Amino acid sequence: MALTDPGRYITSGGQLSNCLARPPRSHFLSLIHRHTFSRCTTQPEFNRATGCFVIDEAAASTSTTPPLTRKRKLDTTTTSAPPTSATAGAEPVRKASKTKQKQVEQVEAALPATPQTLVSDKPMDSDDEVNSVISSDEFGGDADSSVGDVEDFGADDSDVDFDDLPEHDNFETQEKDLKPRKKAFEVDHKVYSPEDIQRQQDDQVAEVSTLLEQPHEDTAILLRYARWNKEKLIEQYMDGQEEVLDKAGLGQDVQKSPPRIETIDGFMCDICCEDGPGLQSLAMKCGHRFCVDCYRQYLDQKIRGEGEAARIKCPGDGCNRVVDAKSLDLLVRTDLTDRYHQLLMRTYVDDKENLKWCPSPNCVYAIECGVKKRDLTRIVPTVQCDCKHSFCFGCTLADHQPCPCALVKLWLKKCADDSETANWISANTKECPKCHSTIEKNGGCNHMTCRKCRNEFCWMCMGVWSEHGTSWYNCNRFEERSGIDARDTQARSRQSLERYLHYYNRYANHEQSARLDKDIFHKTEKKMTLLQSASNMSWIEVQFLEEASQALQRCRQILKWTYAFAYYLARNNETEIFEDNQKNLELAVEDLSEMFEKPTDQLSGLKVEMMDKTTFCNRRRIIVLDDTAKRLKDGVWEFNVDLNKPV
Amino acid sequence: MAANKRIMKELAEINNNPLQGCTIKLAKEDDLNNWDVTMDGPPESPYAGGKFNIQIVLPKEYPFKPPVLTFKTKIYHPNVTNDDKGAMCLGMLRADEWKPPNKIVDVLKLVRAVLAAPQPDDAVEAGIANEFKTDRKAFDKTAQDWVKKYAK
Repeated sequence: MALTDPGRYITSGGQLSNCLARPPRSHFLSLIHRHTFSRCTTQPEFNRATGCFVIDEAAASTSTTPPLTRKRKLDTTTTSAPPTSATAGAEPVRKASKTKQKQVEQVEAALPATPQTLVSDKPMDSDDEVNSVISSDEFGGDADSSVGDVEDFGADDSDVDFDDLPEHDNFETQEKDLKPRKKAFEVDHKVYSPEDIQRQQDDQVAEVSTLLEQPHEDTAILLRYARWNKEKLIEQYMDGQEEVLDKAGLGQDVQKSPPRIETIDGFMCDICCEDGPGLQSLAMKCGHRFCVDCYRQYLDQKIRGEGEAARIKCPGDGCNRVVDAKSLDLLVRTDLTDRYHQLLMRTYVDDKENLKWCPSPNCVYAIECGVKKRDLTRIVPTVQCDCKHSFCFGCTLADHQPCPCALVKLWLKKCADDSETANWISANTKECPKCHSTIEKNGGCNHMTCRKCRNEFCWMCMGVWSEHGTSWYNCNRFEERSGIDARDTQARSRQSLERYLHYYNRYANHEQSARLDKDIFHKTEKKMTLLQSASNMSWIEVQFLEEASQALQRCRQILKWTYAFAYYLARNNETEIFEDNQKNLELAVEDLSEMFEKPTDQLSGLKVEMMDKTTFCNRRRIIVLDDTAKRLKDGVWEFNVDLNKPV
Repeated sequence: MAANKRIMKELAEINNNPLQGCTIKLAKEDDLNNWDVTMDGPPESPYAGGKFNIQIVLPKEYPFKPPVLTFKTKIYHPNVTNDDKGAMCLGMLRADEWKPPNKIVDVLKLVRAVLAAPQPDDAVEAGIANEFKTDRKAFDKTAQDWVKKYAK
């Protein structure tokens, strides 16, 4: 028996001489502890592998805006054409490449049968139309119809092949026609550039402006006040115009003329108390007049200092009037107005439930997705930004399919905090029945003497030692109720710890492997060049390595989260199916991973095999994702925690 | 500087037209941004007869940023923190409520009003606020005891 940590554990011993000098157990404890911490600091960093995640299966679907479409859209923005013209522009492109589409159809037909691949369920001409906010009820409803048989992968295989051909750009417009189906794990979403968002706002302002007969600037202030809820604003406005104007910061008009910078005789600024001749000043419609310098400093303080934009009020004491963009433009320099508009844009996206910024560092895009917060127990809305970052629209963490947000939060919390240390303690230690010091016993006799309170007790039954009589080494109270209970509790605790460690180790392992695979990915590029020179293979012919690498990382990320998912799954038949799927994916991934690490000279011989394996991995990945997502949507999974309970 | 002109003007106004129950001076003669205020407890409040020392620090961005106000004398009050900081919770001193034309004299007027009538719903000391609401007598007593102990 050894004293492990003088502060926390007191090992007492029988008087026997088995006090071997062993490394204290608490050392091990601290190891676990550190381990747990370092593991779980997942930063939302951009991951090339995961970034490409949706591309193969989903890019083809209606969800992402392909680069071509984006370009087109930008073009139309610059010419300030209405959104419909963008779709009109798309039409000729589609027609022009019809022959190509034909070819694809033929190839498709030659591949394992997928009868519904060519059936377009909706006119897909307009992104806006297809991706216009889907109601939460809709996604539940159409899920079954849109999801094909899980075992039917012909389309996906061919898809992988087409997508990764370098010249696939020309196909972009037809991809969605080829693949109108939506998998259960995919959600419709749309990527917006800052210009798109600005245009959205302008459109809404213009629309409401004519309705309410208010100037644009004031309408913008009204809409911001109503958090861009047009219907609510119009309703409130019709009920009580004065009240809404007042609350939004547009009431109390004193002067009619629009604000301009003036010089007024005898004016003294209330802020700086300057009153010199020629002092330039400005007042908004509320009539509170301040000198231009003070105004500027005030706005600078608000915008740069406090990050305020939508509700900067007139500096006048008690005045509720909101500073409008026009007055601001009169007063401050462009760098500040830029910041101001940036902040306005931010509040716009933040105010809209169906819009979210891409969390990737320095990314300027916003994503639109119709999945509501209350649906997050039934779907994992994974979206992909044009910057290639894949993330969950529900919680904005990096892609965590197939695990629902609530479980992810629970899991990350469990991994991050020290709850498992406590579990370990309860599995391996007991408390002194008298003073409750934590004691670890690592060998020796059952006659314990607490070093702290000198209490003598039996480690077996925790009873007082003096009652044991002469049977020192054979506790005759062994079968007593309290003893059984104590052992049961201990066994349960130990089992739950082992269960956690089982899932955690696999979770952590895949996380680490994905990281290592990423390192290899960088080496892959070198490998590819080597292969090209060593085996006379062309650039296109060595692309299979990159595909394999991407498949590996994508699969590993999913495997990682399947373990967090499985940890919270209640045991039933469904769980077994899930575990089978998980096992199959894992086997495929490990096979591919092994091939991937072979020396360069062997790689060219493995090409066909690796390509097959890559396809197979992707196929297994889709099974896991699709099956899990479908059951989640149908509410089939039983969890041992409540998904609706806030963490 | 513009700020100095404003502060000097405020000081002059206060000296010409002193606020009842308040004596105001600069903590150091050459530093306009540090004010030293002694405020009498408002009559007919439990703080009557007490003299409270309040320090007002004007940030260099003043008047675009609000002044910072601290009670140097311990006071038993729901809106003043019961620690060595003695920070006071006043709506108008919050960054988003403060307007540049607001003056120190307005702040001091508000402080006096809050001393006379505590605002338990905006309390920083929940315990004191609760006592103020449920057991006014006990609150008055402790407040008076504290005046005798610290504010004489």
